[in-house]
Amino acid sequence: MTSTTGSASASPAGKAGRNEAIYFALRNTKLLIGAFIFAVFLLVAIFGPMLAVHPPMTFDAPPGLPPSADYWFGTTLFGQDVFSQFVHGLRSSFIVGALGGVTAAVIGMFVGFFAGYRGGMIDEVLNMLTNVVLVIPTFAVLLVVAAYLSVRGLGTEAMFIGLTSWPWAARAIRAQTFSLTSRDFVGMARLNGESTLRIIFGEIAPNMSSYLVMTFILLFGGSILTAATLDFIGLGPTDSISLGLMMNYSVMNAALQLGMWWWFVPPGLAITAVVGSLYVMNVGLDEVFNPKLRAL
Amino acid sequence: MLKVENVSKVFRSGAFGGKKAKVIHDIDFEVKPGEVVSLIGESGSGKTTVGRMILRLTSVSEGRITFDGEDISKLKGSALKSYYRRVQGVFQDPFSSFNPIFKVGRVFRTIRREFLSDLDVAAWETRLSGALNAVGLEVSALDKYPHQMSGGQLQRLLIARALVLDIRVLVADEIISMLDASTRIDVLNLLGDLKSKGLSIIFVTHDLALGNYISDRIIILQKGVIVEMGATDRVFGDPQHPYTRSLLDAVPHLHTRWSDAELKDLGLVTDTARFGGHLIEHRENHLVRVYS
Repeated sequence: MTSTTGSASASPAGKAGRNEAIYFALRNTKLLIGAFIFAVFLLVAIFGPMLAVHPPMTFDAPPGLPPSADYWFGTTLFGQDVFSQFVHGLRSSFIVGALGGVTAAVIGMFVGFFAGYRGGMIDEVLNMLTNVVLVIPTFAVLLVVAAYLSVRGLGTEAMFIGLTSWPWAARAIRAQTFSLTSRDFVGMARLNGESTLRIIFGEIAPNMSSYLVMTFILLFGGSILTAATLDFIGLGPTDSISLGLMMNYSVMNAALQLGMWWWFVPPGLAITAVVGSLYVMNVGLDEVFNPKLRAL
Repeated sequence: MLKVENVSKVFRSGAFGGKKAKVIHDIDFEVKPGEVVSLIGESGSGKTTVGRMILRLTSVSEGRITFDGEDISKLKGSALKSYYRRVQGVFQDPFSSFNPIFKVGRVFRTIRREFLSDLDVAAWETRLSGALNAVGLEVSALDKYPHQMSGGQLQRLLIARALVLDIRVLVADEIISMLDASTRIDVLNLLGDLKSKGLSIIFVTHDLALGNYISDRIIILQKGVIVEMGATDRVFGDPQHPYTRSLLDAVPHLHTRWSDAELKDLGLVTDTARFGGHLIEHRENHLVRVYS
């Protein structure tokens, strides 16, 4: 019973599982385009700050200059270098996305796996917790908490986002775990006297690895978006720059009315492109992992 | 050796386990070394649940199951591991018994890691190929994915997995039903060999002919209650409970048409109420449930 699809004769014939996923991943345009855009912005975030000759927050440039050879993205109304702010802001966005995404993914997986695998009372309690966090008006709470702390850093912001964005992931992972736990191979693993953690990460998780990857990608993008929104309404980090904060400052200082497009277009475009590329990658991965969606 | 003592099972459902359903009622039997006991009953009679309770995959609600006098529900850590070293199971669905994303050989590597890590490589390989040969498979079969094999092959791999461990009790849940006729007889003979070497087998099946062929003792379950149990020739040769008789009559015969089959009432059992009643010793080694 080897693969019977028509395209299989090309090369993945006889190679099942991971190799097959890589084969289709390298041929999926959505995934490749998404990954390319994401990689470009990631490189800018990593190496951009080294290229920026002007510090992001000092007011030592002529104010309100359009883009030029000296100031690549122009300067703000107060004489700050927009390019420098942009690359540093981009770095912040990736840090918030990674930290927030990892936090949410870890909590979501822990809650989902244990609730689904153990069932019974543990499931009731964890599920109730999930539902409570799910129905809390997250954004309102974020506003209150963010407004309460006078000094806010990137890490704090990422934590807030991570701690409130996990419930949907937990619910989805719990449902998957439930259905996998009832399969006999989990029973066989228990007959080996294997520990709960070993069964969860050795038997159950590998069966939903594609799903876990996609969950992380969505949580990552969601964190960047939430952070940008928080920053935009002025509740972002107080000790550093971010893409959302740039937009916040530009709007507060009427950049639109003054025609200073170079102040708000780069951060807005970057957020859209990064989150968009993650979502496109997600769709691409979906096609890679799910044979029914593959365009043959 | 293995004793099931007045075991009942209650499943809870609904919010915080509000609803209860009792699926096993007060089951009591013993398995001696080298004995094959068949649990026979229709779907939903609780025979698989009994097997899972013996394997500790499902908890016992009332009563207890002991192995060499030890209550198995209290086993933890290394004690539990040594229990699984001696008591193993094979489930009814071979396709679901293998993790679909790994090659089937992983099952044996896990066994080695968990139980036989003290064995040196040569001894392990001898043992592995011995177990595989016993079920008619080659070592090269280990390099395949579950979906590349047939249900019968997977089922035999699962039996081989139990064989490498050199166990004392095997809970075999419908293990023959996926096999075709020729391998079926091989596996049955293999089980017969093992039995003569002292392996006890708890055979969960709905196949009466199979139960008759292989087992020393028969336990007939109806809706989670033992309605009749005893030596195979006694129970099948002289069935007393109406349920047993209807089961036996339901087996199609080549020479009789369905409508000709009639139910002979031997008069011992007058009522077939689902619950209540108690087991009485009809004669030596033959218990029947009566309702008074």
